[in-house]
Amino acid sequence: MNTFKDRDMQSVIGWVLRIGVYLSIGFVVFGGIFYLYRHGHSIVDHSVFKGVPDFISTGSGIIHGIITFRGQAIMQAGIILLIATPIIRVACSAIGFILEKDYLYTCITLLVLLIIFISLLGGHTG
Amino acid sequence: MSVIELTIIILIGSYFAGLLGSLTGLGGGFVIVPLLTIALHVDIHYAIGASLVSVIATSSGSAAAYVKEGITNMRLGMFLEIATTAGAMTGAILAIYIPTHYIAILFGCILIASALLSLRNKAEHITKEKSYLAEKLKLNNSYPTADGSVEYSVTNVGGGFFMMLFAGVLSGLLGIGSGALKVVAMDGIMKIPFKVSTTTSNFMIGVTAAASAVVYLQRGYIDPGLSMPVVIGVVLGALSGSKILVQSTSSKWIRVVFSVVVSILAIEMIYNGLVGKI
Repeated sequence: MNTFKDRDMQSVIGWVLRIGVYLSIGFVVFGGIFYLYRHGHSIVDHSVFKGVPDFISTGSGIIHGIITFRGQAIMQAGIILLIATPIIRVACSAIGFILEKDYLYTCITLLVLLIIFISLLGGHTG
Repeated sequence: MSVIELTIIILIGSYFAGLLGSLTGLGGGFVIVPLLTIALHVDIHYAIGASLVSVIATSSGSAAAYVKEGITNMRLGMFLEIATTAGAMTGAILAIYIPTHYIAILFGCILIASALLSLRNKAEHITKEKSYLAEKLKLNNSYPTADGSVEYSVTNVGGGFFMMLFAGVLSGLLGIGSGALKVVAMDGIMKIPFKVSTTTSNFMIGVTAAASAVVYLQRGYIDPGLSMPVVIGVVLGALSGSKILVQSTSSKWIRVVFSVVVSILAIEMIYNGLVGKI
């Protein structure tokens, strides 16, 4: 019974990872086409660090950018989805361990999620 | 340089980075950061951000395939992810405060160390020694081989956990997957069969990189225009690499070539760091 559920979790996780990667790469490619079409001949200089443009530094800015087909916003949405993919994988494992009634590993998995969450806050304030 | 020129150069460079990274098992990050910083004069923070994103893509893509084969030890990965994510968070926060030329020097040193580690002989060993902690944490498992399922035990859980903490810090600080170090922790310290070590390491890399990427994202280190060709190139390169890997089994010379390339890049990074050009 137990091994059957482990197998189940493996296929769900494989599935989550695959969809996450395909979808995010799709966004990046799609956004990249718009970006190159519009800015292909602009001159860029990445030698000095100056952050990212304002319109893609907030969630609402990115959503607005996607609606108005701004390449950088679409690419950034893809990248955020890509970063979220392994985190969603961890969340799915947590649910899987709860279903298996493996409470030790439910706690371990939630601890990993908590660390990522703290990291998310740390990036803001640190 | 215009956007289109830069994009094409990065795309080609990243393709080869992904190809070599997948053939050697070191990952693409090792070539991406020197390519962007030394050859294209990109600020190291942007380079690390783009590299991290590509690391997540390749790790998640290949983990999806490995998980289904049942070789990956998910409990072991989950338990050790406590150490790698905590380390990665620390590394990413450190990266904000450490001067960039120190990051470049450290990058060079880790590059050489990993190249040397990848050259060592990989002997498959299986231990049956029972460790109290491994038993409690249900880490002992089995994996499928051509001659049926093989049982294995895990030893020195504390030592492996500590090594993973270190691997996590380096991953967050340098934007690499630290796959080589993760394998050393599992295969060398915890005495886990090599095949299980590599696939479980791969499984953990995505989460580890995500833990530091959330910090980088908010700091504005992840530039979409720069990350786009890196991610696409590395993923395509890694895909080609996995096809070649299936066909040819003698990859020793590839690893030697890669080690030479990596050592040259490492020396460049250290030199540029020392003279303060990065």
